[in-house]
Amino acid sequence: MSSAYRLPHATCIDYTKPLRFTFDGKSYQGFHGDTVASALLAQGVHLMGRSFKYHRPRGVMAAGAEEPNALLDVSRGGGRSVPNLRATQVELYDGLVVKSQNRFPSLRFDVGAINDLLAPLFGAGFYYKTFMGPRKAWAHLYEPVIRHAAGLGHAPSKPDPDTYANQFAHCDVLIVGGGAAGLAAALSAGRSGARVIVADEQAQWGGGLLAERGVEIDGQPVQAWLAQTVRALQAMPHVRLLSRTTAFGYFQQNFIGLVERLTDHLAHPPQGQPRERLWQVRAKRVILATGAIERPLVFSGNDRPGVMLAGAARQFLNRYGALVGKSVLVFTADDAAYQAAIDLAQAGATVMAIVDLRENPQGPGIEAARALSLPVLTSHVVIETFGRLRINAAALGRIGPDGDVTPVKIEQCDALLMSGGFTPSVHLFSQSRGKLHYDADRQIFVPGISAQQECSIGAAKGTFALQESVQEGFAAGAEAAEQAGFKSQTIAPSRVRHDVPSCAGFSGAVPRPKGQRAGKAFVDFQNDVKVTDIISATQEGFKSIEHVKRYTTTGMATDQGKTSNMNALAVAADALGRTIPDVGLTTFRMPYTPVTFGSIAGLARGDLFDPVRKTPIHGWAQHHGALFEDVGLWKRAHYFPQKGESLHQAVLRECRTVRSKAGLFDASTLGKIEIVGPDAAEFLNRLYTNAWSKLAVGRCRYGVMLNEQGFVMDDGVIGRLADERFHVTTTTTGAPRVLAHMEDYLQTEFPELDVWLTSTTEQWAVIAVQGPLARQILQPFVTDIDLSPDAMPHMSVRTGHICGVETRLFRVSFTGELGFEVNVPSGQGRMVWEALWAEAEKHGACAYGTEAMHVLRAEKGFIIVGQDTDGTVTPADLGMDWVIGQTKPDFVGKRSLVRADMRKADRPQFVGLQTHDPHFVPDEGAQVVAVAEPATGSAALGFVTSAYDSATLGRSIALALVANGRARKGETVYLTRLDGQALPATIVDPVFYDKEGARLHA
Amino acid sequence: MKFSAYALLKNALTGSVWPEQWSSPEPRASYDVVIVGAGGHGLATAYYLASEHGIRNVAVLEKGWLGGGNTGRNTTIIRSNYLWEESQKLYEHAVKLWEGLSQELNYNVMYSPRGVMMLAHTLHDVQSAKRHIHANRLGGIDNEWLTPEQAQAFCPILNVGPNIRYPVLGAALQRRGGTARHDAVAWGYARAASKRGVHIIQNCEVTGIRRAPSGEVIGVETGKGFIGAKRVGVVAAGHTSVLMGMADVRMPLESYPLQALVSEPVKPVMPCVVMSNTVHAYMSQSDKGELVIGAGTDAYTSYSQTGGLHISAHTLDAICELFPVVRRMKMLRNWGGIVDVTPDRSPIIGKTPVEGLFVNCGWGTGGFKATPGSGHVFAHTLATGEPYAINAPFTLDRFLTGRLIDEAAAAAVAH
Ligand SMILES: Cc1cc2nc3c(=O)[nH]c(=O)nc-3n(C[C@H](O)[C@H](O)[C@H](O)COP(=O)(O)OP(=O)(O)OC[C@H]3O[C@@H](n4cnc5c(N)ncnc54)[C@H](O)[C@@H]3O)c2cc1C
Repeated sequence: MSSAYRLPHATCIDYTKPLRFTFDGKSYQGFHGDTVASALLAQGVHLMGRSFKYHRPRGVMAAGAEEPNALLDVSRGGGRSVPNLRATQVELYDGLVVKSQNRFPSLRFDVGAINDLLAPLFGAGFYYKTFMGPRKAWAHLYEPVIRHAAGLGHAPSKPDPDTYANQFAHCDVLIVGGGAAGLAAALSAGRSGARVIVADEQAQWGGGLLAERGVEIDGQPVQAWLAQTVRALQAMPHVRLLSRTTAFGYFQQNFIGLVERLTDHLAHPPQGQPRERLWQVRAKRVILATGAIERPLVFSGNDRPGVMLAGAARQFLNRYGALVGKSVLVFTADDAAYQAAIDLAQAGATVMAIVDLRENPQGPGIEAARALSLPVLTSHVVIETFGRLRINAAALGRIGPDGDVTPVKIEQCDALLMSGGFTPSVHLFSQSRGKLHYDADRQIFVPGISAQQECSIGAAKGTFALQESVQEGFAAGAEAAEQAGFKSQTIAPSRVRHDVPSCAGFSGAVPRPKGQRAGKAFVDFQNDVKVTDIISATQEGFKSIEHVKRYTTTGMATDQGKTSNMNALAVAADALGRTIPDVGLTTFRMPYTPVTFGSIAGLARGDLFDPVRKTPIHGWAQHHGALFEDVGLWKRAHYFPQKGESLHQAVLRECRTVRSKAGLFDASTLGKIEIVGPDAAEFLNRLYTNAWSKLAVGRCRYGVMLNEQGFVMDDGVIGRLADERFHVTTTTTGAPRVLAHMEDYLQTEFPELDVWLTSTTEQWAVIAVQGPLARQILQPFVTDIDLSPDAMPHMSVRTGHICGVETRLFRVSFTGELGFEVNVPSGQGRMVWEALWAEAEKHGACAYGTEAMHVLRAEKGFIIVGQDTDGTVTPADLGMDWVIGQTKPDFVGKRSLVRADMRKADRPQFVGLQTHDPHFVPDEGAQVVAVAEPATGSAALGFVTSAYDSATLGRSIALALVANGRARKGETVYLTRLDGQALPATIVDPVFYDKEGARLHA
Repeated sequence: MKFSAYALLKNALTGSVWPEQWSSPEPRASYDVVIVGAGGHGLATAYYLASEHGIRNVAVLEKGWLGGGNTGRNTTIIRSNYLWEESQKLYEHAVKLWEGLSQELNYNVMYSPRGVMMLAHTLHDVQSAKRHIHANRLGGIDNEWLTPEQAQAFCPILNVGPNIRYPVLGAALQRRGGTARHDAVAWGYARAASKRGVHIIQNCEVTGIRRAPSGEVIGVETGKGFIGAKRVGVVAAGHTSVLMGMADVRMPLESYPLQALVSEPVKPVMPCVVMSNTVHAYMSQSDKGELVIGAGTDAYTSYSQTGGLHISAHTLDAICELFPVVRRMKMLRNWGGIVDVTPDRSPIIGKTPVEGLFVNCGWGTGGFKATPGSGHVFAHTLATGEPYAINAPFTLDRFLTGRLIDEAAAAAVAH
């Protein structure tokens, strides 16, 4: 007990466990159970921060989550730092390192405090009125300076090494807040057998009870009642108690976000332990027992270190054994502060005076104070405070019968405890979309009509007396359990004695002597918003409270106005001559207190950011040196470089090999949808442009799907396996979209069709065997399908067996060569691949990747949806009118195809480009222009969609969409480059290779 | 009173009261032009009507408080590197106006061309980015390709390493892109318009559009009674369909919630704007020090200004991957706005089938950047009854003719 400010009794301190920590490099002692704020106060340290704008010295004002001033940086080294933590919530551990923020060079001497002297220049919104000229000065001159001056702490400079966990949970009753009301509710709900979750942001259960000493509940001392209640709850297996857990968001359908802090309070977090856990809870009923937050009084100098909330001083004393001052002045408009005065007096402090704004306060607290001969000055106010880094005196004034204030005296003090009464914490209630009700007598907003299955109890509801709070808790817990379908027992009402509840309060600027300017009377402490700022905002025309907030920044600090919103509202209402409810509150938004990004992101990190989809053949490709590309969620083998080969070299070789011999390609990522039912063909008729009714069983057709606008949305080969069964393939990334599109139409437009759609993408591994030797490679493994050209022509499908495994064998080609696509059940994919590969190797074939596949198909002028189309292209633009079943009455997109613009002559058309320099491969995306040096702003004729160096043709090839391109064949156009002049190319047919298709039909 | 450093100093020394930035008059019986919606676009329209067309008998009717819609909720990214010529002209028109807007309005809107970098993570992204760059260069709009290393040099906290799910393969950078202060834009236009005689009437919801028997618009029904108008311009963002429905015009719009969030304020760490369409997230840092973060819309149409947690979660997944140093930073506030999305992701600015009724909508998730340009061309349209050359292609009937301006195009589908 080294310090004169540390007392030997407290509810949260373990005096057997002393700890050491450093603050701004200086070492201090504290105890297990302390927060940084309590430990520093117990050493007589009040100065803990600097304000945002004026860099005013600030001490701790509150004892909990609402603290606006004492913001610290906590660092464990190695990327483990966190800025802007409230000293009142940082639990002490041995070796803790904390630093103050937003000051230079030191907290005691901060040059930024010059702003305080210049404050008259920096009124509300000053930055909107200046820094305007010359034109570029804002971005280059003023903004950099402002940016450096703004901001509080520093972001970490290294990646976060910690992990975060996610948990989803359901329960019957979720109770937010583990104070008297919340615990009582948990007890009665828990006894009914309901699954209960209780969350409280603090380390210890009890909320406000932890700061109580003389009170009795049912004849027991309050701390004993609390311990017994918590033990009873801990003994219930279906009750989950989550401490250090903040409910930060209340969403639709009783969905609540909680964040549990698991390791920040530990000196040595266990290896691998997540730092925080996000709970996403769906509750049948929610009980909000979130308590109330004390309001500061607004008077000049109310922000000096040593000025704090009365309830906070009491908490520091009773919970942590930290005495905030030796000669304390109390300034109040509420009874509860009397209990603080009494407790501090009994702990040895001298109460210089209790300055009460009210004319004639009455009640047990006042009587008790008088009984202890504490000087009570009614109808008095504090009008100014003194002291540089800590308050040392305050000027008092008396309110005359006419309301005028006359200065009366200056009172020495080293702490000033203030209380403007309590504001119910209705944040979550409001987030749930509940409607607030204004209690005009007490000048507070309380929960009104609920919007969800929820109820508020205790101080959160404006019930400040302990006895009623406990009673409400028992009743609400029982009721919630019953509504969730459990039978509850009644718990006998409790009797509480010696409680001094809050019963009054004051919002807005306290009266001051006539002619005295409001001075440095702060409303929002962190953002340095003064009464005068709010008044001048209203004078400047900012009459909505949302405008006042945005213009002055009141309520926009890291505490989101927990201590300031009501005062700001009262000051604004007064200035506007309107009532408080008429002006109204700003919207409450999640989160209640700031939530770590990492907690919300949880496990979605690195490879878990998005699922990685791998084909059954992935491992083989990896083993054979493939490099992969990301295509949607899939990893696809991009190319298979042999020793020393570049991408370019590998692709040339792969292409050459496929054209001269054969290649194996893993096409498993292609989307597959099985369409089955009596109306399967009719369904396809409506979803694809082509006609399907007459497609024979065993035959395939290339299908094109349009969106409603008539633009190509997907394509793929569709095979008819039976009269009522089709095997549909889609593009790799299009698969989910196509299925959703189909389901959408089936369910909303064509519900009369008798069809089932099933995604079978993952059921089938697909091995494309392409090239003149494809048949030879397959033949040895296929026993029951005749592969000969006559028996199995191009665009046919057969079912049978390969390597003894069931297969759907397609004869299709995306390379322009003789080709097959072998579908086998995924589980056998690798085995079949390896068997085919062994055979392929004998023939000198290769495995090829997506890049070679792209080149090969481009040589044939085959489109890739999404590369050669971009959602603005019709089948006609692509020269593919033949895919449109002209006699069909309708299909999705048909109506749009007849619109005027879709028939214009100058629509972009799909063409080939032959660059004059055969080595020039234009950028994909290069603009096609009419002249080599187009004037800026001139229109493009089109753009290059695909471009490659073609081994087959021994030169570059390109595909493009060019306005009226087909009619322009033979014309010279120019292709833009990023690093030089546009280069010439001739418009040609998009089919560069085997125009007759002889190889395909081989 | 003109705002300036001198005026600030004088005010500080004399302690005098600043005048009202805009007045709050009672509505007149009728106006030449009534604009519905006092967002940035509506206020800018009113300002340019007064300042460029001499039409000052104008009212802007706002159901809530001016600037309280998407104008006051957006993440303020400004850029003009759009794909199609029509869009390039429209957004570039706005960027040109942004460059001198603080001076023009005598209000510091804090236009900050700090550079907007759009990341490419797949080969398809690279193609799409390059296509934009080629198209922009031709259109005279700055846009350049950066390698991953150059991208990291431009934004040092960006992770360009191989240890993320979708490594950064490069980026397109528009250096003239950046941000501005959203509230200041609304207030600056409101002040400048009010000074020129425009009536800004807040807390005045339009509940009906009154038409003569011959069909043309004659005024609007409001919470403050009937207000006559020769021309009505609807600039109501997410609620446009509702308003146009009052005149029996069905709009090709879907309204979705779009969320955004900010972190606690910290000292500068993020010098520019970074966007990634593939992993769905973008981030910049406000002058106050907050990291400003957003992504795509919620999945379902709704008029509710709160969205689902999973959307923010997905956004933060992406942010933490791209910027691993911010994982320990904290979300301070999350909110949503309702955005009106057209089938081609481009706005509708012009006439409607109803005589005297004009509409400016469909800006979706990206209309803040266009505010000055949008107001400017819409004022011309309202003043003359005909579109300005720049907004001529952005007609309502393009959805009938098929002359779409599809800005989702290149980003549409991958193979
Ligand atoms: C979260 C979010 C992030 C965004 N980020 C960006 C970004 O980074 N960059 C970008 O360029 N764009 C962004 N946007 C889009 C941008 O905010 C909008 O496109 C733009 O603000 C629309 O401007 P506005 O003035 O028309 O809309 P608003 O500001 O919404 O104005 C419309 C006004 O109409 C009023 N109104 C509606 N109905 C009525 C009625 N019946 N009677 C009277 N008044 C009515 C509304 O109250 C509102 O004030 C974002 C949007 C959101 C929601």
